[in-house]
Amino acid sequence: MKKFTSRNSLLSYIVIIAIAFFYSRDSLVTTSVAGSALLFGLPLAMAAMVGILSERTGIVNIGIEGTLLFSAFLGFFIGALSKNLILGILGALIGGTMMTLLLALLAVNWKMDQIIAGTIINILAAGLTSFFYKQGYALPAILPRWEIPFLSKIPFIGPVFFTHGPLTYIGLILIIALWVGLFHTVWGLRSRSVGEHPSSADSAGISVVRLRYLNLAIAGAFGGLTGAYLTLELVGSFDRGFSAGKGFTALALMIFGRWNPIGALGAAIFFGTAQAVANQLMITGVVNIPQPFINMLPYILTIIVLAISAGKVRPPAAAGAPYEKEKS
Amino acid sequence: MKSLKGAATPLIAIVIAFTVGGLLMLIQGANPLIAYQSLFYNAFTTSDGIAKSLGKATPLMISGLAVTVGIRAGLFNIGAQGQLIAGALASAWAGYRFTDLPFIIHLPLALLIGILFGSLVGAIAGLLKAYRGVHEVITTIMLNSIVLQLAEYLSNGPLKEEGSIIARTPAIQESAVIPDLFGLPLGFFLGIALAAIVWWIFKNTTTGFSFETVGRNKSAAWYSGISVKKITVAAMLVSGGLAGLGGAIESLGVIGRFEPAFNAGLGFDGITIALLARANPLGVIPGAILFGGMRGAGPNMQFDAGVSPDIIDLILALVLFFVTAPLIARWFKLRNTEQRSVTSGWGN
Repeated sequence: MKKFTSRNSLLSYIVIIAIAFFYSRDSLVTTSVAGSALLFGLPLAMAAMVGILSERTGIVNIGIEGTLLFSAFLGFFIGALSKNLILGILGALIGGTMMTLLLALLAVNWKMDQIIAGTIINILAAGLTSFFYKQGYALPAILPRWEIPFLSKIPFIGPVFFTHGPLTYIGLILIIALWVGLFHTVWGLRSRSVGEHPSSADSAGISVVRLRYLNLAIAGAFGGLTGAYLTLELVGSFDRGFSAGKGFTALALMIFGRWNPIGALGAAIFFGTAQAVANQLMITGVVNIPQPFINMLPYILTIIVLAISAGKVRPPAAAGAPYEKEKS
Repeated sequence: MKSLKGAATPLIAIVIAFTVGGLLMLIQGANPLIAYQSLFYNAFTTSDGIAKSLGKATPLMISGLAVTVGIRAGLFNIGAQGQLIAGALASAWAGYRFTDLPFIIHLPLALLIGILFGSLVGAIAGLLKAYRGVHEVITTIMLNSIVLQLAEYLSNGPLKEEGSIIARTPAIQESAVIPDLFGLPLGFFLGIALAAIVWWIFKNTTTGFSFETVGRNKSAAWYSGISVKKITVAAMLVSGGLAGLGGAIESLGVIGRFEPAFNAGLGFDGITIALLARANPLGVIPGAILFGGMRGAGPNMQFDAGVSPDIIDLILALVLFFVTAPLIARWFKLRNTEQRSVTSGWGN
C-alpha cells in the first residue's frame, strides 16, 4: 500500500512538472490539449465506473458497451422527441439502468455465464438501437456550458476544469463520490465483501442478491450518465453504433486502474492525453499520421498496458462466479 | 435421441425469437407474415436463392467453427471478427496481386494467406493469455478495433483500387475465384468438410482431448502433463486461422475483393452460431445455413414487406438470449442440458 502511494505521488509530480514545462513553452496549446484530454478521458472514466461497481460486487460486466449504446439511444430520442434535455438525461439514466438490471437478472437470478450475459447485452443493445433508429431527429440544443464564477478565471486550471457542461461536473464529482463510497463507507465495505467472499458476507447477514441488484442499478445510472454526456453534452447527435467501442476501452481502463475509481480516472485521463496530443500533432502538421492510426492508438495502448501490468493486478475474487447460497 | 433433445432448446429459441421479431414488426406497422414469407421464399426455395444462402452461410459456418474451437479449449474468442477481416483482406490482396498463377496454385495460396493472417491475429491474443495472463476477451476486443482500423486504412490507401470512390481493393484475379460445384458454391462444401474434421478431431484424437481438458479444468490438464500454455496458444492459432479462412472465403467466393462494409458482423454472428450449436462443430452447420439465408434474403424482405434488415440482427440477439438463458428448459420442463461454462471471470 505504501509503495502504491509513493508511486502515485511520484507520478503526480512528473505530471505537474510536465504541464508546467509545456505551459511555459506555449500556454494556449497546453491549455487546449489538457482540456481535450479531459473531454476525451471523462466519458471513458465514467463508463469504467460501470465496470468497477459491477465487478467490485462480483459481477463481471462486459456489457458496458451495450449499456452506453442503449442509454445514449434512449437519451437522444427522448430528448429529441420531447424537446427537453432534462427528460433526455432521465431517459438515458433509465436506459442504462435497464441494461444493467437485465444483466443482474441473467447473472444473479439465472446464474448464467457472465461473459455470455454481457455479450447478450451488447448484441441486444446493438440490435434494438439499429432497428428502432430513425433518421431526421435532432435535439433542440446541447447542454449549455457552465463557467464556474471565479474558478474559471484561474489560469490553466480554470479553462481546463471549470468551463464545461453540467454532466462533466456531475461525472467528476460522482467518480470521487464512488471512490469515497467504496472505500470509506459501510455500503462500500459490504459491497466489496460481496465481491470478494460472498458466503462470508452472507453469514454476516448481508443479502448478496439484494446488494448486487442495488449496485448494478447504480452502475447502470453511471452508464446512463455516460450515454447522456456523450449524446446530449458532447456530440449532440446519435448514430448507429454510437458508442464506438468506448465501453470496451472502459473495461480495460477498469483493469488498468485496478478496480479503483480514482485509478481508472487517472488511466482515462492518460488515454485522453494520448489522443489529445496525437490530435494536436496532426493539427499543427508536426507529423502526418493517417486518422485510422490515431483511432487505433487507445486500443494498442490498452494491450501494451495490460501486457505489462497483468499478473500484478488482482480482480475481485468472486467476480464471474454465480453465488449459490449454501443449503443448511 | 440424445441429439434430438439437445436440439430442442435451440429450436424453441428460434421459434420464440421469430415470434418476438414478428411482434416488433407489427409495432412498426409492417406485416410479419409477408416479411417472413419473403425471407424464406427468397432464401430457401429458388435455386439462385439457395446458392446465395449457402454462399452467405459459408463464412458464418467457418467463423462459428472458429468460436467453437475456442470455447472447447476454454477461450471466448470475441475476436473472430478481427481475425476474419485480417484473413479477408490478406487473401483479397493475394487474389489480385499475384498474376499469371494457375488456378490450382493461386486459389490455395490465397486461402492459405488468409488463414495465416487470421491465425496471426489470434496468436497475439493466445500468447498474451498464455504468457502474460491477459484475458482473451479484452485482447480480442481490442484487436478487433485495431484490425478494423488497419483494414480501413489499407483498403482506402495503399491497397485501394485505383480510381475507386469507395474504400475497396481491386477485384481478385480469375484464377483466385472459388468456383461453383453443381451450381452451389464450393466453399460451402469445404465448410462442411471442416466442420466434420473438427468434430472428428474432438471426438477421436488426443489433440482434441487435450484441448477439451484444458477447457474444462486447467489444473487437471496441468497435472496430467498437458502444457496449458501451448494448448492455449494452439487453440487461438486454430481459432484465428479458421476465422481467417472464413474471411478468405468471403473475399474469394462471395465478394470477389475486399470491401470493409461487407464483412461487418460476420465474426459476431459466428459467436451466436457457436453458442446456438452449444459448441458442437456439426451443430454449427444448420445454424449457419439459417442465418446465411436470412442475411442473403434481407434486402428482398425489405423490398417486399418494408421491414428493415436490421430486424435480423435483433432476431439473432433474441435467439442467443433464449438459447443461453435457462428459460426454455424451465418453461418446457426440459431436463436442463448441460450449460457449458465459457469462462469464469478474469482470473486464470
